Amino acid sequence: MVLNANGIEFKELNEKLRGSDNKITVNGCCGQRFIASGMKNKKITIEGIPGNALGAYLDGAEITVKGNAQDAVGDTMNDGKIVIHGNIGDAAGYAMRGGRIYIKGNAGYRAGIHMKEYKNKVPVMIIGGSAGSFLGEYQAGGIIIVLGMKSGGKLVGNFPCTGMHGGKVFFRGEPAEDIFPKNVCLKAASADDMKCINEQISEYADIFGLDKNEILQSKFTVATPDSNNPYKQMYVAN
Amino acid sequence: MKSIEGQIRIPSGCAIAAVISREGNCMTGEKIVESMKPMHDRSNGLGGGFAAYGIYPEYRDFYALHMFFNDRAARKDCEVFLKERFEIVKSEIIPTRKIPSITDEPVIWRYFVSPLQSQLKNLQLDEKEYVARTVMKINCEMAGSYVFSSGQNMGAFKAVGFPEDVGVFYKLEEYEGYSWTAHGRYPTNTPGWWGGAHPFTLLDYSIVHNGEISSYDANRRFIEMFGYKCTLQTDTEVITYIMDYLLRVQKLTLAEAANVIAAPFWSTIESKTDAYERKKYEFLRTVFPSLLITGPFSIVFGFNGGLMALNDRLKLRSMVVGEKEDKVFIASEEAAIRVMEPEAENIYAPAGGEPVIVKLKEGAF
Repeated sequence: MVLNANGIEFKELNEKLRGSDNKITVNGCCGQRFIASGMKNKKITIEGIPGNALGAYLDGAEITVKGNAQDAVGDTMNDGKIVIHGNIGDAAGYAMRGGRIYIKGNAGYRAGIHMKEYKNKVPVMIIGGSAGSFLGEYQAGGIIIVLGMKSGGKLVGNFPCTGMHGGKVFFRGEPAEDIFPKNVCLKAASADDMKCINEQISEYADIFGLDKNEILQSKFTVATPDSNNPYKQMYVAN
Repeated sequence: MKSIEGQIRIPSGCAIAAVISREGNCMTGEKIVESMKPMHDRSNGLGGGFAAYGIYPEYRDFYALHMFFNDRAARKDCEVFLKERFEIVKSEIIPTRKIPSITDEPVIWRYFVSPLQSQLKNLQLDEKEYVARTVMKINCEMAGSYVFSSGQNMGAFKAVGFPEDVGVFYKLEEYEGYSWTAHGRYPTNTPGWWGGAHPFTLLDYSIVHNGEISSYDANRRFIEMFGYKCTLQTDTEVITYIMDYLLRVQKLTLAEAANVIAAPFWSTIESKTDAYERKKYEFLRTVFPSLLITGPFSIVFGFNGGLMALNDRLKLRSMVVGEKEDKVFIASEEAAIRVMEPEAENIYAPAGGEPVIVKLKEGAF
């Protein structure tokens, strides 16, 4: 089923999506916000430029965007998958608590800000290119992987993992240590870490037609909160 | 009595877009007005506006004063004042359309003027300073009169309403310019009045701004020492005067001005390996600490012959840049760029504090 979004406002577009087949292509998209918000049991392909907060509160649906996406993709998403075949704007995966976001290109500022996890709900974001500044800001859980491919040698902007207190960020390569805060620990990925990366990137590599083994041959670095140097007395003496 | 803008502050976003032809090719206002439609929800109908460059070629040496008057009496009084200071070569109503979505319009006029040489000699001022001081005087002292545009061969058009309606109201499809900027307003601190819509301008400088700066009062206190008067309590006005002060008065380059208002963090400056670069940033931060603008902003700064786009250093607002042939496009959202040019290329988001400067090729304006 194909739905032409030309001239349709976001509210009407979402109503049509809710009443549609489980597999649907939306074309002619131009800036409509909140597409597929809160949806489950759907496979949605988007042609054109979806607006901000694509897949907000997503609850199991799968979204594929053929080009670029704007800001706040997957805001607070709970479950499902968002695949972006281009670049993604700022604050991707804002407070996401489950599901997966795969980005072929680069991510803007604050990707994975305040991601969190609980028991078996572990959100995953994989960025094929580079990430902007404040990657994983206030990250409380979940996994972020930055592959730095076709990004002109760029991996991440300034101040990654600021305020991070949970979860992991993997970098393919070695980001400069001095851009990280003191409360974050940087290490070469261990055998266990590599196993985790291997598991996480299988589907990603399949979707974008990449050679997983070639990616895994690179050195990876992992950033985690440093439990020996926690955030204490930052605001009050306690 | 209802408080108007400048008398009340309401603590409570925006859309911006721009297009410029590096070759100086003229475009009507149609596309830029269209581009605001997908970003409709970024504004709330309390302000929309456009700045257009290269639109008055037949009067290119004259300052085009666009003015709002409360009534005919205010206009008559102001005209007496203008005649004491300028030679007025043309005065006319700015043509508008009556449309249901734009109401309560003030009296809207434009004057093409040239400063009286006798006055300039007497006051020992250059033309631009003279015009700037006159604008400040009218806006501060003449109740019921407000200059909202005062540059040469350019003009701002703004109103209370959604930007796509404001474009129709001012018949922007009838103007041709090499560069256009646009704004949809969501007033955060003030009630929204015609004069408070963006762009804010002084001489040929114009600013459209998405965000809310938290350094407003620190910036205002500093800039008011140099004769600028912030009359509207709105943050964009102060950015306009800061740019005028840094560029016209202090003669900084655009990139240097960007490094003052969106200065890198000290830690970032310390990590610069190029000693000259490091010294330059240290110098600018040390000399102009009060002109650092903090809080979220993405702005497009227009001037005769070009545009500059800039984000705050933390990049708390979105901004996307794209190009196609001789044209460069800037907008809060990629969707807006795609409306202007579906085949736009090299779409990217500049980093926080990284100015994007586009100038017309030599001799094109």
